[in-house]
Amino acid sequence: MFTYTFQWRQAWQKIPLLLDGALVTLEIALLSMAMGVAFAVILAVARNSKSRWIYAPATVWVEVARNTPALFQIYMAHFGLGSFGIHLSPYIALLAGITFNNAGYLAETFRGALRAIPGTQLRAARSLGMPQTQAFRLVIMPQMFRIAFLPTTNQMVWAILMTSLGVTVGMNTDLAGVTQDINVRSFRTFEIFALAAVIYYLIAKAVTLGARLLARRMFRY
Amino acid sequence: MIEIKDVYKSFGTLEVLKGINLTVEKGEVVSVIGGSGSGKSTLLTCINGLEPINSGSILVDGVEVHAKTTDLNKLRRKIGIVFQQFNAFPHLTVLENVTLAPRKVLGMSKPEAEAIAEKQLAHVGLGDKLAVYPGRLSGGQQQRMAIARALAMSPEYVLFDEVTSALDPQLVGEVLDTLKLLADDGMTMICVTHEMTFARDVSDRVAFFHKGIMAEIAPSKEFFNAPQHPETQKFLSNIRS
Repeated sequence: MFTYTFQWRQAWQKIPLLLDGALVTLEIALLSMAMGVAFAVILAVARNSKSRWIYAPATVWVEVARNTPALFQIYMAHFGLGSFGIHLSPYIALLAGITFNNAGYLAETFRGALRAIPGTQLRAARSLGMPQTQAFRLVIMPQMFRIAFLPTTNQMVWAILMTSLGVTVGMNTDLAGVTQDINVRSFRTFEIFALAAVIYYLIAKAVTLGARLLARRMFRY
Repeated sequence: MIEIKDVYKSFGTLEVLKGINLTVEKGEVVSVIGGSGSGKSTLLTCINGLEPINSGSILVDGVEVHAKTTDLNKLRRKIGIVFQQFNAFPHLTVLENVTLAPRKVLGMSKPEAEAIAEKQLAHVGLGDKLAVYPGRLSGGQQQRMAIARALAMSPEYVLFDEVTSALDPQLVGEVLDTLKLLADDGMTMICVTHEMTFARDVSDRVAFFHKGIMAEIAPSKEFFNAPQHPETQKFLSNIRS
């Protein structure tokens, strides 16, 4: 039954390649989070809007992002849009798909956070002469980010792990892509995927720890 | 001068203000008393345009608050308001709470705004709490900070909305003392309050609100010594007994 002979040496030699892939993975995760947060703030505000024309599209985005597989969202960005003649490279499609997904989830996190801030905070800011947007930016948003910080960190970890779905649209430069490439050439499947998994784990851990340190610095109240 | 003319205001089907008329002169201190739900707090938020009105008009220095053309952000610079729930900004230190609006709304430089803020905070007895976050302050301290925050904008009018109602009894005094200092400085103030001693000793005139109507307004001594309206008499005797 157990006739598989481990050949770790071959896998070890690929570590530099894997680490290069890890950098791409981290890059996509960070970019998709930065853009996801920006879109999510807009979506969260839009979802509280009384105008149907603002509320409805935002709600569709959030519903689709949260209730369909992330894999489909990335597929749609690559092959789906491709059917209409819009051709996104695997990198852009992956980035777009994960950004779309991040924004959907974060929008709900932020909306919940906004609800947790008493309405009187906005009134107090407005009564000091601040226009609506300024009051939101200076008084509401900082409080929102604090309440939403831990769930946002979770989403970042998700974003990192979701990048591995890029292989399905031909992404071959990120950690999952590189791993798969090496796998089909060497057939050291167990060793190479195990190593890649360890690297994913370490990146995710580092992000969580980094976020915790950042929180300690940022939120002193 | 604040001129309130025949103001009606309702929330949905609930009529909160039913034809309020009141003129407050520069330098005057007017206290507004009455049972809860009588519309006194609503009136304050209508004066600085936080709440719209249904009819009538409110003029502040001749500017119609609820006209579409009025720049409310600009108008609010000269009408400070202090709320029952303090509304300290929890993510900012005491000093930052007070400098925020002068810097971002009035465009003051940081040192300029800090000089004003430190002066105001020292005035309300918080000179040693500049770097502290509001979460570490007592209710009374937070409320005094909120007063300093309103005053840092150098308003010409300050509205006080039951500023002592959310405080522990032993903290009420320190906030009322701050208000008294302000009144002595000649600030124009409208104070919605449940503190009868304050209303009697500090204000020039006292108004009594009952079910959305201003039932009575009189110079404070007259008001307390010889209330005219039966509802005022009932209200005052209930408090005294």
